[in-house]
Amino acid sequence: MNDADNDALELRDVKIELSSHDAIISGVNLEMRRGEILGLVGESGSGKTTTALSIFGYWGRGLKLTRGQIVVGGEVMSTQQIFRTARGRLVSYVPQNPGVALNPSLRIGNAIRDMVRQGRVATSQPEEVSSLLVRVGLPGDSEFSRRYPHQLSGGQQQRVCIASSLASRPTLIVLDEPTTGLDVVTQELVLEELIRLRDQENVAMLYITHDLAVAAKIAQRIAVMYAGRVVEQGSVREVLSKPRHPYTRGLVASTPDHLVIRPLTPLQGIAPSLRERTTGCPFAPRCPQRVDLCERELPELLEISLGHKVRCPEWKKTPLVDWTTLVVQSDVQTQMEVSTVLKVTGLRAEYRSRGQNVVAAKDVSFSVLRGGCVALVGESGSGKTTIARVIVGLHAPLKGEVQFRGESLSGLAKHRSIEQRRGIQIVFQNPSDALNPRHSVEVAIARPARLLRNMDRNDASKEVLRLLDAVRLPSSVARRYPTELSGGERQRVAIARALAAGPEILVCDEISSSLDVSVQAVVLELLRDIRVEFGLSIVFITHDLGVVATVADRVLVLESGLICEEGNTLEVMRSPRHIYTRKLLDAAPSLIASINKWDSDEDRYG
Amino acid sequence: MTTLSTDTELSREKFRSGVMRSPGAIIGMVFVAIVVLLAILGPLLAPYSPIATIGIPGQAPTAAHILGLDFEGRDVLSRLLYGGRTTLFMCVVATLLTYAVGLTIGLIAGYTRSFVDSLLMRMVDVFLSLPALLVMLVMVTALGPSQVILIVSAALVLFPGVARIVRTSTLEVSRRGYVEAAIARGENTISILRREILPNIAGPIIADLGLRFSWSIILISSVNFLGLGISPPNPDWGLMIAENRIIISENLYAVLAPSVVIAILILGVNLVGDAFVRSLGESRD
Repeated sequence: MNDADNDALELRDVKIELSSHDAIISGVNLEMRRGEILGLVGESGSGKTTTALSIFGYWGRGLKLTRGQIVVGGEVMSTQQIFRTARGRLVSYVPQNPGVALNPSLRIGNAIRDMVRQGRVATSQPEEVSSLLVRVGLPGDSEFSRRYPHQLSGGQQQRVCIASSLASRPTLIVLDEPTTGLDVVTQELVLEELIRLRDQENVAMLYITHDLAVAAKIAQRIAVMYAGRVVEQGSVREVLSKPRHPYTRGLVASTPDHLVIRPLTPLQGIAPSLRERTTGCPFAPRCPQRVDLCERELPELLEISLGHKVRCPEWKKTPLVDWTTLVVQSDVQTQMEVSTVLKVTGLRAEYRSRGQNVVAAKDVSFSVLRGGCVALVGESGSGKTTIARVIVGLHAPLKGEVQFRGESLSGLAKHRSIEQRRGIQIVFQNPSDALNPRHSVEVAIARPARLLRNMDRNDASKEVLRLLDAVRLPSSVARRYPTELSGGERQRVAIARALAAGPEILVCDEISSSLDVSVQAVVLELLRDIRVEFGLSIVFITHDLGVVATVADRVLVLESGLICEEGNTLEVMRSPRHIYTRKLLDAAPSLIASINKWDSDEDRYG
Repeated sequence: MTTLSTDTELSREKFRSGVMRSPGAIIGMVFVAIVVLLAILGPLLAPYSPIATIGIPGQAPTAAHILGLDFEGRDVLSRLLYGGRTTLFMCVVATLLTYAVGLTIGLIAGYTRSFVDSLLMRMVDVFLSLPALLVMLVMVTALGPSQVILIVSAALVLFPGVARIVRTSTLEVSRRGYVEAAIARGENTISILRREILPNIAGPIIADLGLRFSWSIILISSVNFLGLGISPPNPDWGLMIAENRIIISENLYAVLAPSVVIAILILGVNLVGDAFVRSLGESRD
């Protein structure tokens, strides 16, 4: 094969604008060859999805391709007509949420057959579908291909999507966060499957993700996007182990890792909105190493070593990421007298889902020490959230007892005393619905203070300002409404609202899982600070082992309603005893594990 | 700090920028304003008595009688100007009553998460299954054609739809984090419904208001048209259409004028409602 046959994708100086001439993405250059996986990494709003969809000639309403050229498999995509013929034949798509992407009334075999017909080679062989299913690790028998999407698990659905993306034998597959909705064990299997398919089918894959650890695992090369531009690009090893752009470095330093227990160093500030983008470097306002020129002129994408490009003139100054483990025994615990503040014994709870009772907790017992942070870890559906709801009195348990400061608590909040309700507060997972859109931030935070601490209007107003300061928000936020705040800001307001009750225990239900990594780092570090400042005990619920390692000093691993392992975070992460914990830890993607592997490979092969 | 006032100011501002700017809403509001002014100021402007026979029945429009005379020789314009007050009044009261009942039932059903929900909603389903006009006719025939009976029977027919919309919205909102947070801090039910839920379901309710209002106009006018509502010789738009059918070939305007006024009112109310729905959709982004 000659070189031209190998070119899967070339984006040349692509610019996509709104009708108001604000560019969503600008000056994007990407090249891909067959048999290669390129990780396209960035936070929400960085333009990674717009870039990926531009390959299909698909831009949202009001958007326009105003500059540049898109070449797929050696063919120049000059008109919508050509784009249309290329979809399926040259390039196919694997969506983020297979549950929504698959037509629920179409048998999966028929769905795949539709894509086979889109291909260059019109094969009508019946075994084509079953061979595709087998290739993505699913049963190839006709019984399976006659199933409907709802009869498959999330992981199986995603494999069906991958099979149908392969069906048309494309040159390039674009995968848009394909494993974000899957639990870690399934994610691991799908990633392995993708690597195998890349080699077997000699297809190029553009893998969009916000998770650096996943990108490290699957990609050979990586492109990091920020504010609509590629800021760093190169081999995944070079970019992630020695990031040269300060933004990439910030992302790496913000990524929690279960193998290295370390404080995160969040980036300052937030990404500029479309309107705020200037002629200078979009990262300049947040950059610790900016020079005067950065604010006036957009830096060039410099090639600093073979294939490694950085959009930063001061790249030599970027410090290396500190990967040393922080070994501190929880200082909070040693300072205070160690007493149990919350005790859960023999808890059994069920919830109803689709007309069936699901057991969330069979027999769960644990206790939380004053000033301690206990993490409840488990996959989706393991019952973590229900346990959180039982603790705060939103869900009545069937059996068992919850004790707060030695007193047994009623099942529902309305039967608890004011003092008990004040003492236990919750922060929810989804920042977009945690705050009432009709209440200003001040009203939202003042309410618990007035209701549970009996403050008058003036005292509550002062308390609001004090708490906003505690969650590192300016006092001007008090008069704003939730819709005017970003996700991270809302989550901080939700934390302030919980603190307004003057709690002793803060229950955090997946509070960082819907946030970008750099925002997550801010929230996690904030939680660490206020824990000391307010002497709080924290029950932290999450599926992310990296987050556990960052915040918790004790960890409980939940498997189908039972605690299968409990212990000191460091010990559980280093030497898990239970087979399920080991399975979770092995499957959890880790940036440092990838970096160590690259280093040892180099040692071995020179 | 005057937090409450800033709250309403903001939503008012949103209303102004979102709803008021759309051309549909402006046209709709002009339509509604025309009909409302016609109904309120009409009796002051009417050139003749609405119940006095002053000429040949079914006389075509002349300079003295712009819309001609009706089947009993009364001035159509005067009857049109007098006839709005009762119709509008009854429709407004019927809509308010519909909402009082529908909102209460919908909020309780959507919020309780207990058997009360199924109980209330099955009851609502029973009412929903009854044919609207038939219920009204039976009630009016059985209990007599008073304004109160007309209003109550219209509300009885219209409340199930409101209850269902309110319940669905309440159910959705009551699972949100801020409602759960309020439950967890032990707020009482009334305060949760008033502070957390009601403001957040106001959008779909206001959007539905226009539809219910036009329904009540159609229902009450229909009953009047069938001659079972307001009894002659009192003027009423619905009744006018019915009475003057027999002279439609002599004086078309005796039927056309009240029909057009009713149509303009319904169109106007719906245009405003639609604009509101659209502005809700936009502000969600």
